[in-house]
Amino acid sequence: MNNVYVYCELEGTTVADVSLELLTKGRKLANQLGCQLEAILAGSNLEGVEKQVMPYGVDKVHIFDAPGLFPYTSLPHASILINLFKEEKPQVCLMGATVIGRDLGPRVSSALTSGLTADCTALEIGPHEDKRAGKTYENLLYQIRPAFGGNIVATIINPEHRPQMATVREGVMKKEVLDENYQGEIIRHDVSKYVNDTDYIVKVIDRHVEKAKHNLKGAPIVITGGYGMGSKENFDMLYELAKELHGEVGASRAAVDAGFCEHDRQIGQTGVTVRPKLYIACGISGQIQHIAGMQDAGIIISINNDPNAPINTIADYVINGTVEEVIPKMIKYYKKNSK
Amino acid sequence: MSLKIIVLAKQVPDTRNVGKDAMTAEGTVNRSALPAIFNPEDLNALEQALRLKDAHPGSTVTLLTMGPGRAAEIIREGLYRGADNGYLLTDRAFAGADTLATSYALATAIRKIGDYDIILGGRQAIDGDTAQVGPQVAEKLGLPQVTYAEEILNVDETGRKITVKRHIDGGVETVEAPLPLVITVNGSAAPCRPRNAKLVMKYKYALGKQERPAELPHAGLYEQRPYLNIQEWSVTDVNGDLSQCGLAGSPTKVKAIQNIVFQAKESKTLTGSDADIENLMVELLANHTIG
Repeated sequence: MNNVYVYCELEGTTVADVSLELLTKGRKLANQLGCQLEAILAGSNLEGVEKQVMPYGVDKVHIFDAPGLFPYTSLPHASILINLFKEEKPQVCLMGATVIGRDLGPRVSSALTSGLTADCTALEIGPHEDKRAGKTYENLLYQIRPAFGGNIVATIINPEHRPQMATVREGVMKKEVLDENYQGEIIRHDVSKYVNDTDYIVKVIDRHVEKAKHNLKGAPIVITGGYGMGSKENFDMLYELAKELHGEVGASRAAVDAGFCEHDRQIGQTGVTVRPKLYIACGISGQIQHIAGMQDAGIIISINNDPNAPINTIADYVINGTVEEVIPKMIKYYKKNSK
Repeated sequence: MSLKIIVLAKQVPDTRNVGKDAMTAEGTVNRSALPAIFNPEDLNALEQALRLKDAHPGSTVTLLTMGPGRAAEIIREGLYRGADNGYLLTDRAFAGADTLATSYALATAIRKIGDYDIILGGRQAIDGDTAQVGPQVAEKLGLPQVTYAEEILNVDETGRKITVKRHIDGGVETVEAPLPLVITVNGSAAPCRPRNAKLVMKYKYALGKQERPAELPHAGLYEQRPYLNIQEWSVTDVNGDLSQCGLAGSPTKVKAIQNIVFQAKESKTLTGSDADIENLMVELLANHTIG
């Protein structure tokens, strides 16, 4: 009762990264709220699957293992969550803002008339005072998300309804093992008690999944290196910064042609077009073909030792300096100032 | 055999082209400064509906929208492109609705329409990007759902089955589902056909009740041609429960809004010094650009 739940997504029998990220966040929220963290795993042939999630500090794993539960379809998974939540009455439920999470979450929230906030970029715990009703609330989940085309950031709360549900995009939260030997309780549920046979009416008749090497197109932060990076080794700095900021690394054509970076990360007219929230151009002069692939970025930072580089004209921040000097400082001061 | 199709559509502020006057000094959205448009993915949904109508003669496409009086524009736009009729759900009681209260209102209107085989809508609207209303309408009506649809491949009317190609993370899948159902359509699906000149002529005087001026030109037309009256429904018309509508029916509340101010290319020039880089990282963290 009153615990934090994470719905864990499965591709076959592998738990998705976004779910492990949410377990990490869920563990912290549960500690703050003084409650337990519980995980839900629903799929087929799930023998031993709990080993993937336990190290993240899960106190209770709910396993639903039945032939029709993979590939995912909406109704059986929704029935599992709806019926389990009616029994368990969680205070918080988190899921990935993936195709699955964004298909499942609303259905569950509608059935339980609980609120759901999509695509949160931060989750915090805090109080709320409703002055009009003269009520105060403690320990609400602050669901923080960009809204209105990214022009505002809204903090959403669900004062009265439970569970407080939120979806979070992959890569937004950090994934961190709490304890390799963490031992929680394992509950194997009788699926037929939760799912009706009539729930299996949508059939997946064909399915193709390719493992993506990177997610440049969807990344909110893109860090791109140009010819000015000087070498393949210097690109490692960019990967390090990208790891810290949860971003992706791209490259200009000149850097790809020079062999600093693989071709599928090329940004520009003949490569990938990106529209990230933040674009950091490192040692990039800014040919028009490159600009075409990134000009819709929200904020553009240009790091260049040439103050007259064309890209500086469209940049919000121009840093006059060398990449070798600036990037390690960015990593250092990000680490120092982020929570 | 023919199909009865309902398309859910929303009039949204065009958040893709936000100018400097889009935000008021107090940090609220200045809706009047933004053009109101047909939500882009709802147009993709309309196209899928019109294709079904082409392939299954005798089918009807009904638009359903919720919004203020001016949202009748959406219905008119749909009629210009080939929809048969439309309903505007409009009432002060619906104002301030979150996704749950919105889907409740839409579900009551769909029940009033009564007869349907397929309910289509865009995957999400650009003012909220939540993708919640489609699945929530499906749940309220007790229907199966197919989200992130790319293309309707086939409708088997006698077997009452539909085959849909849809996006999944990192790939595509094809699903077979029974009718009736709710389908939400992705922006990557086929774009909507343009307005049809004949239909523009036919419907250019179609008006919602709230759009009609006191001195209505061609007043006689509206009696002769009933299709020019865009139907408006209030909360009582759809037997809505007030406690489930609008702000009262919304479990989520907005606690705070923070305005993101983009400095429109007035670039700041920094050096590579420790102080400059630290200030930059602190600034980016404070305005949620990173972290």
